[in-house]
Amino acid sequence: MIGLFSYIVFFLILSLIFGVAVLGLNLQWGFTGLFNAGVAGFTAIGAYTMAILTGPARDAVFGGFELPFVVGLIGAMVASGIGAVVVGLATLKLRHEYLAVATFGIAVTIQLVCLNWEYLTGGTLGLIGIPNPSKAWADGPLAQNALYLLVVLVVVGLTFAALERIVKSPWGRMLKAIREDDVAAASLGKSPERVRLEAFVLGCMIMGLSGALYVSFIGYVSPWDFLPIVTFQIWTMLIVGGSANNRGALLGALIVWGVWTMSGFVISRVIPSEIQAQGGAMQAVLIGLILVVTLLIRPRGLIGEELHVSRHARS
Amino acid sequence: MILQHIADGILSGAIVALGAIGLSFTMKMLRFANFSHSELLTWGAYSALVFLAFFSSFGGFFDQAIGPFSFGPDLLLAMLCACIATSVIALLLHRFVFERLSRTAGHMTMVFASFGVALTLRHLVVLIWGSDPIYYSRELQFAILLPGNIRVMPDQVFLLGLTVVVVIALHLFMSRSRTGIAMRGVAESPDLARASGVNVDRIITWVWAIGASGAAIGGVLYGMTVQLRPELGFSLILPLFAAAILGGTGSLYGAVLGGLIVGLSENLSVMVIPTTYKPAVPFLLILAILYFRPEGIFGERSR
Repeated sequence: MIGLFSYIVFFLILSLIFGVAVLGLNLQWGFTGLFNAGVAGFTAIGAYTMAILTGPARDAVFGGFELPFVVGLIGAMVASGIGAVVVGLATLKLRHEYLAVATFGIAVTIQLVCLNWEYLTGGTLGLIGIPNPSKAWADGPLAQNALYLLVVLVVVGLTFAALERIVKSPWGRMLKAIREDDVAAASLGKSPERVRLEAFVLGCMIMGLSGALYVSFIGYVSPWDFLPIVTFQIWTMLIVGGSANNRGALLGALIVWGVWTMSGFVISRVIPSEIQAQGGAMQAVLIGLILVVTLLIRPRGLIGEELHVSRHARS
Repeated sequence: MILQHIADGILSGAIVALGAIGLSFTMKMLRFANFSHSELLTWGAYSALVFLAFFSSFGGFFDQAIGPFSFGPDLLLAMLCACIATSVIALLLHRFVFERLSRTAGHMTMVFASFGVALTLRHLVVLIWGSDPIYYSRELQFAILLPGNIRVMPDQVFLLGLTVVVVIALHLFMSRSRTGIAMRGVAESPDLARASGVNVDRIITWVWAIGASGAAIGGVLYGMTVQLRPELGFSLILPLFAAAILGGTGSLYGAVLGGLIVGLSENLSVMVIPTTYKPAVPFLLILAILYFRPEGIFGERSR
């Protein structure tokens, strides 16, 4: 019973951390129509910033400032935001497909930097010993994880509430206007370039936040945690849950991560250990199929965008 | 040393070019960025493995290596069958995924779908053939020493020769045959082509078959000169896109020239940046070309 409970806590922590990244992507794609195929890269920036700011000091590696958890979270968001400004200025003028190709390339490049810039990132070994704040407050793994779940829930709650307010604000309506028709929005005196950049940066900051939560929980960071498959997983979560709906984003994260871990569990039980590598491939095939089938039979996702009619339009 | 880099660049550029031709055509004619195109190279290479086992089982003439090369007629026949198999895969994907989505949803949905398709195809390869590198032949080859101290393998000479033959054949097809001319018409404007009596669906079938066959040949040549790995195609995503965008989508020569530029700049880059950053070079090329000339070298300015 305790085993199951602690497993559920563990599962919820990871899926909600993914959920934060999906919320960020939802702001970019769901509400603004920006195709960011480099999600893994921006979560990596957040994760490494967290590790550098809060981790212990090491020889021959930059960082290890041992700063508090909250400073790490804020720092991660700032770093991802700065990265997003640079990337956004260079790419946001591009048409959709080109933006997808360019952001995909950015994620590949960021991963290469993580892998090779040993002074900053620890190279292939990554950075270890990242403190988990819940370890200072509770004894035993279950209590610590439960406490960390609480931390994650607070962060998810705040992010969700902030995004709900944002998309219902005039600025949020402007995002949708630009998504639907940027020429029309520009003709009404809005600046699509500027608003797109703002939405892109904000979304990437949220992805950075997700990466930061992840490293504090796992306790280490390595370049292998940010392979392009992470981007695919996060996209699948958004598409399955329903883009342009923040509830859908979180629901998609729970469902897709649930399918991923449960299929992993079943495969590890059924398949002999000699061919476990193939088991991981089976999980990836499943995620790919879920994405394609969802697009074919339910393109708006489980709970898609709610239709809004302007209150001025009602007679 | 620089000459060796140039030779290596041309050789890897030839493979990129073969893959980029199909990507460039589908980007122009079906109007979506197909992230799963590179997986067709992987499937071409691995399906040839199956046909190779079949043909070499005949023994004798079939698995006798030709001249200085490491392969016999069996691999050439396997390559031909791989072209057909890969075309079938591409057409099934078109029929059951991309065509359906293009009718019901926007082209961005097709890009998402291509993500899912890529993920599925790549990991199916791991499931079927495992993740360890595989070789068509264990035969050892001796490098030929060319003037300028350039070393190339006989198989690499074959790679280059076959690429030239494929490009010339495609050039003749696109400029002489009715289907080829109609294909260029569809690339310009599907609606106008349809109005002039072109069967657009049939042309699109041709586009997929040509693209998939080019990818299969590229994949087999990669497997022949390097090795077979499940990430073979995946590692070529950015080079392929860079070549297609550099050349201007829909242009045969653009894709070929783009492939050569990508191959050369990747291989020459190691003289200025650490080798470990080589995979980022195509991405920098993409950024540069999109910034300065978004329609590519051979593309036409739309406005």
